[in-house]
Amino acid sequence: MTAPNEKEPKSAGVVGKSISRSDGVAKVLGTARYVDDLPALPGEIHGATVRSPVPRGRIRSVRFDPSFDWSDVIVVQASDVPVNVVALIADDQPVLAAKQVNHAYEPIVLLACADRRKLTLAKLAVHLDIEPLVPVLDVATALEGSNVVWTAPAGFGEPNTNVVKRYVLTKGEVDVDAELARCAHVLSGAYSTHHQEQLYIEPQGVLSWWDDDGVHLVGSMQCPFYVHKALVKAFALEPHQVDVAQAVTGGGFGGKEEYPSILAIHAALLSRKSGRPVRMIYDRTEDIEATTKRHPCLCEITTGCDADGTLRVLKMRVVMDAGAYVTLTPVVLSRGLLHAAGTYRWPNVFMEAIAVATNTPPNGAFRGFGAPQTIWAIERHMDALAAYLGTDPMVLKRKNVLVEGDTTATGQLLRTSVSSLECLDKGSSASRYVERRAEIEKENRRRAQRGERKRLGIGASIFMHGAGFTGSGERVLQGKAAVDLLPGGRLRIRTASTDIGQGTETVFRQIASDACGVAVEDIDFAVPSTKVVPNSGPTVASRTVMVVGSVVEACAREIGDRVKTEQVEQGGTFAEAADRLLVKEGSVTALHQYEPPPFVHWDDEAYKGDAYPCFAWMCDVAEVEVDLDTFETDVKKLYLIGDVGKAIHPTMCKGQLEGGSLQAMGWALFEEVVWKDGLIQNPRMTNYIIPTALDAPVFDTTLVECPFPYGPGGGAKGIGELPMDGGAPAIAAAVEHATGIAVHHLPLTPERLFEASLGRLSPTSTFHPAA
Amino acid sequence: MLIRFRLNGETREIDVAPMRRLLDVLRLDLRLTGTKEGCGEGECGSCTVLLDGDAVNACMVVIGQCDGREITSVEGLGSEKHLAPIQRAFVTDGGAQCGICTPGVLVAAESLLRRNAAPSDEQIREALAGNLCRCTGYERIVESVRVAAVERATLARSKTSNGSPASQRGTKSGAPQ
Repeated sequence: MTAPNEKEPKSAGVVGKSISRSDGVAKVLGTARYVDDLPALPGEIHGATVRSPVPRGRIRSVRFDPSFDWSDVIVVQASDVPVNVVALIADDQPVLAAKQVNHAYEPIVLLACADRRKLTLAKLAVHLDIEPLVPVLDVATALEGSNVVWTAPAGFGEPNTNVVKRYVLTKGEVDVDAELARCAHVLSGAYSTHHQEQLYIEPQGVLSWWDDDGVHLVGSMQCPFYVHKALVKAFALEPHQVDVAQAVTGGGFGGKEEYPSILAIHAALLSRKSGRPVRMIYDRTEDIEATTKRHPCLCEITTGCDADGTLRVLKMRVVMDAGAYVTLTPVVLSRGLLHAAGTYRWPNVFMEAIAVATNTPPNGAFRGFGAPQTIWAIERHMDALAAYLGTDPMVLKRKNVLVEGDTTATGQLLRTSVSSLECLDKGSSASRYVERRAEIEKENRRRAQRGERKRLGIGASIFMHGAGFTGSGERVLQGKAAVDLLPGGRLRIRTASTDIGQGTETVFRQIASDACGVAVEDIDFAVPSTKVVPNSGPTVASRTVMVVGSVVEACAREIGDRVKTEQVEQGGTFAEAADRLLVKEGSVTALHQYEPPPFVHWDDEAYKGDAYPCFAWMCDVAEVEVDLDTFETDVKKLYLIGDVGKAIHPTMCKGQLEGGSLQAMGWALFEEVVWKDGLIQNPRMTNYIIPTALDAPVFDTTLVECPFPYGPGGGAKGIGELPMDGGAPAIAAAVEHATGIAVHHLPLTPERLFEASLGRLSPTSTFHPAA
Repeated sequence: MLIRFRLNGETREIDVAPMRRLLDVLRLDLRLTGTKEGCGEGECGSCTVLLDGDAVNACMVVIGQCDGREITSVEGLGSEKHLAPIQRAFVTDGGAQCGICTPGVLVAAESLLRRNAAPSDEQIREALAGNLCRCTGYERIVESVRVAAVERATLARSKTSNGSPASQRGTKSGAPQ
């Protein structure tokens, strides 16, 4: 059944086929080992965290109840941390709070014990004496700046303010206000979005132990080398003393990008002090309370257009809530800004993006990474503009949509793989948008006459997502991957790109198989462990297939060529030639580094140029039914038309588009982190509501293939985040069509929709930093 | 307390505190870690097992309730060489992504298909409404259950005509094709 036994390697030709996922059998048998499933190591104990109950305060003392038996409990405090910093971008976040807490749930004390029940009691026996300080809990107060709650590290942020990061982006006319004055129509609006919890079904967890080699860490994570870097820093170790490996990971969505570094250091601290292996698995409440979430965002937009609706000017201000520490905020803000102009042609642009610190848990990576927030704003604004002009939103959007040869807000010339118009038109035709709109309006009139209280609506969004790191990121990162030749003509792929459910290991096998002719079942995928795999960069930014996949392809092609050359010279089967090559050379490995397409030029200073090598494009059309008494919204159908460049694995592509769209629907309709005095009121699955199979719409998914010439497998683009960007505005547009209520602030929960119906949530009422 | 039950077709007898969660007994005492914990309060369905054929959350059942009863966990559905139709369909048709909800979903779907050999999409969604998945959007899960229903019907037919479904089963493995 395997290629090596044949004269020629089996011509794989598996790209484009929905083969069985390679990790599927273990997952359906229940034998896939997630971190909590790993057998206990000898002497292993459990770890727990004692956290701040207040959003801001000075730690006066930590008292350990003398009546409690602490003899078998390991205690770690800030003074036990060699270098009390979580290494990331600004290095402003401590591993454990020492003198001050800056957000609720900030870790202060770590405990470990063999007995889980006693560990729970031990947490209650730690008494924190914290003098509360006045917190800043919203962006308006943070921006106003009289209470500065964030200390800018050297060379970072704006001193003596809460401003963590600021970008300005301009295009065309210098004086946009003068240009606005020349426009036939000018429209302003404000659009806001809220926190979102990733809510991967597997909570965060790690297992750590030390030996003579240094520290070992296995856990649920997206980015082993992030964890590696954080452990090296916090323990002042040499890189070779740190060994980080990914366990099978039950979802991430960005939530396991940077956060696992903190948990890893915590477990490693307890393990070092106790001399025993320590496992830490968060329960759901701790996971929701303590880990990062999507950045809340407010966008204020003023646009100018000609009498016929041709867009002339975009003036925009984007404000994001970073939370108490920087984490990845500058990059999230950047991606948000780079997507804020949407899929439209703007000759003149002035945009400012600001992130401010507040005393809320740090926000971080979440699928879409800033883009869903700003695309919500621009899509809702375009809908508002269409209403203002008395035209259909799809007509206005189509008129102004970016096509090949246009330039984006950063001045990026769209050279190739631009399918916005195709996606929009296919969205219109698949959903019969025009006809359905008319039919629905007729049906709604009929229902109104009969006194029925449910209304139908249809709405659409058109959007894009830049694949790979922003700007010069990929050039700086130099992501690497390797392919080894194994005996019998087998291959092994070594990469730090993790499979967190999206199918990395299957898709990489497909790409490698087609590149070298070895069958997929003869290709191994090494467990992403920092001792074994090269640093491919993190598993984020829709970069795994497009960026790292293209490196894997180059590696596999090289190995295939070397074996085939040997075969041509000395004869025999592929497997025999491979074995001879291995005997001759000892080991045969191809290691390649990512090289961005030559045309990609980005100027960090001017904030201009090619923000991304390419974009993936998508159109969503939502059909909803809204109950006018309960204000519940039922999404009946979601048409998804997504340009993936080349579908390496069509079923998985559809899975990404549908799963991401349902996450977007959850964000739009149900998911709301409820805050009171800086504390989360609903940190449970019982009251933080994500969509079930019954809530989910029927998906009608179309894959568009507009190849990116530099993508692997014949032109694949990154699509992991894309679907998160457009679900909310499409649903809101459909709700507006059904009810006439134009909601500009997420989420569209029944309560908020009701308030909006009474005119209490006016589009511009919440926040005016400029005023 | 001595508790005796049938687990995945085998009789088990264990001496445990009766108020311990079935989930912990499965995972910690019996080392059957296919049953997952996602929330610990009966919301996510990752720990779904069958108790006398009914889908229940193992985090909400104490082991004392299981005395004399029949439990099926994901480990009881099939084996590597003989995946159950529902397992095979989740591998081939995109029902499984990250896989953490998968065992619970499979068990709930198996329970549905035992009761209803040809469920409608709406019935599938209803049966799986207690199993949260954050990856798939559920469309591929519904599709996988649909595929499994057809596969089960085919197997049942061949069983009646040939007497044994073994030859059919062997033709399609879960390995990459």
